[in-house]
Amino acid sequence: MTAAPVQEVAEIFAMQKVGEYVQFTVVAPGVAQGFEPGHFVAVAVGGENTSMLLRRAFALYGATPNGDFAGTVQFVVAAHRAGTRWLLERKVGDRIDVVGPLGTPFPLPSGPAPAVLVGGGYGTAVLIPLAQALITHGSPVEFVVGASTASRLFGELVAKRLAGSVTVTTDDGSAGHRGVVTDVLPGAITRIGAEVVYACGPMPMLRAVGEVARDHAIHAQVAVEEAMACGIGVCMTCVLPVRGDDGRSRFVRSCVEGPVFDADRVRWHDVGRLPSDLIGADAMGGGH
Amino acid sequence: MADMRTNLAWFQLPNPILTASGCAAAGRELHQFFDVADLGAVVTKSIMSRARSGRPTPRMAETPSGMLNSIGLQGPGIESFIKNDLAWLAQHGARTVVSIAGTHTDEFVEVARKLRGHPAVSMLEVNISCPNVESRGQVFACDAIASSRVIGAVRRAADPAQPVFAKLSPDVTDITHIARACADAGVDGFSLINTLLGMVIDTDTMAPALGGVTGGLSGPAIRPVAVRCVWQVKQAVPHLPILGMGGIRTGLDALQFLLAGASAVSVGTAVFGDPTAPVRILRELEQTLDERGIAAVSDVIGRAHRAPAALLSAAAASPR
Repeated sequence: MTAAPVQEVAEIFAMQKVGEYVQFTVVAPGVAQGFEPGHFVAVAVGGENTSMLLRRAFALYGATPNGDFAGTVQFVVAAHRAGTRWLLERKVGDRIDVVGPLGTPFPLPSGPAPAVLVGGGYGTAVLIPLAQALITHGSPVEFVVGASTASRLFGELVAKRLAGSVTVTTDDGSAGHRGVVTDVLPGAITRIGAEVVYACGPMPMLRAVGEVARDHAIHAQVAVEEAMACGIGVCMTCVLPVRGDDGRSRFVRSCVEGPVFDADRVRWHDVGRLPSDLIGADAMGGGH
Repeated sequence: MADMRTNLAWFQLPNPILTASGCAAAGRELHQFFDVADLGAVVTKSIMSRARSGRPTPRMAETPSGMLNSIGLQGPGIESFIKNDLAWLAQHGARTVVSIAGTHTDEFVEVARKLRGHPAVSMLEVNISCPNVESRGQVFACDAIASSRVIGAVRRAADPAQPVFAKLSPDVTDITHIARACADAGVDGFSLINTLLGMVIDTDTMAPALGGVTGGLSGPAIRPVAVRCVWQVKQAVPHLPILGMGGIRTGLDALQFLLAGASAVSVGTAVFGDPTAPVRILRELEQTLDERGIAAVSDVIGRAHRAPAALLSAAAASPR
């Protein structure tokens, strides 16, 4: 964690519909201050006396620490269940309780390094500020943006404006190449001579992206979207089996050690399982 | 301003608001939001002798006014805990209650022994809501004999300067029966209550929502159960202090527990939704006591038991 998170009551400055998503801009100067690409916020939902106790996590799409007045941050919300539906029913001027910036951001290469950025659905949002940072550092960037259908794509125009080169895929062929991001990823890696791949999206996509990167002998830094109760590292619900520097695997928190992981370190096949070589797995015997 | 000081046995606290075991890790993360030394004490996540991976995901399901968790006591083991977590807490001036757990009596004893003489440890909370491997996985806290055996052994092994509190499960026929057994074994007080065993089924996958199938229910959904347990144990074992917990979200919630007989309270699940909840609740409690013209926390502890006699006898007679 690079910046200490703060809790702020943030006024909603703008809500913009983008395909099936809504892009929120909220006034949260403390969150904006510490923002780096890959950070997320945890937002309280349901109002003061709600029966929904847990925060919802959203990757940050951007931050303007020194805007016209106070600093703002942006994130993208998709309607899932009651919590996100409540958020989508808010109006400009309403206030929401936001904690952030949270998580460990994307590591940036030490010097200019060509990169392919792969976004699935609204996972592209978190890659936009990353692309800006990479381009500022002199790294050429190419985007691969995919979704199940055209209305679930996010940010392909912004990506195009930033990077110039964007390849779009949809499962149903309603936009771009019909298929999945990994169909076109090898071509993008070769074209740009990528030294690193960055990705955010659903877990099966991240795993597949990691495999393509490995085939090209480069690293993939991926941001996961795990279910979290707290987002700040105390509840231990968002863990993934991850191999450490010492070669040994542990359950580590997606919210603090992540959400960005080296794809090769995550044991994707063991997510939702308890592999016997995990540190401390031997102590679980006998329990229920 | 009301005098907020209170005691848990001979452990003196500047105020009655603590974190709850498993809801504050070892204080470090919450310290980003408030000074952990401002709390009555930090109650750490239950620690066992060896490193434990915990259970596979999913480990959490949100429920109405609550949540279900199945973490499986993931932790680094007592040695690493003392070296890293306890050292950090001591360095930051946090009064510390260490929650200890085990799968057999000897493990509880081993962990309690390792904490002997540690200046940072103010009190032990014994989490007996663990499956007992020596009894086909039956939870210690659901059996009076197993509970009293663990508590007696821990009391003998632990530093005599550290009060030993038993954290009881509400998932029993009669919680006062377990409480009395622990009292006979020499316990110094009670932590009431642990989570209730629950289950959620995901209607999309048509399978249990949690990797561990069942999980512990916490949050405001269980608050009335917790207040009832505090009340009953206070009636049954009036001479022993109680640390109350279960769905406390506001200062008024905390006051309910004090009135029912708790000398202090732990704030747990509320922290997940509001990382500053413990200090906010402390502020609210202070304000609420001032508004009522109450001079000291000690004036409200157990006060509901002094309600008119007619009310109390009616409560005693009512069927469950």
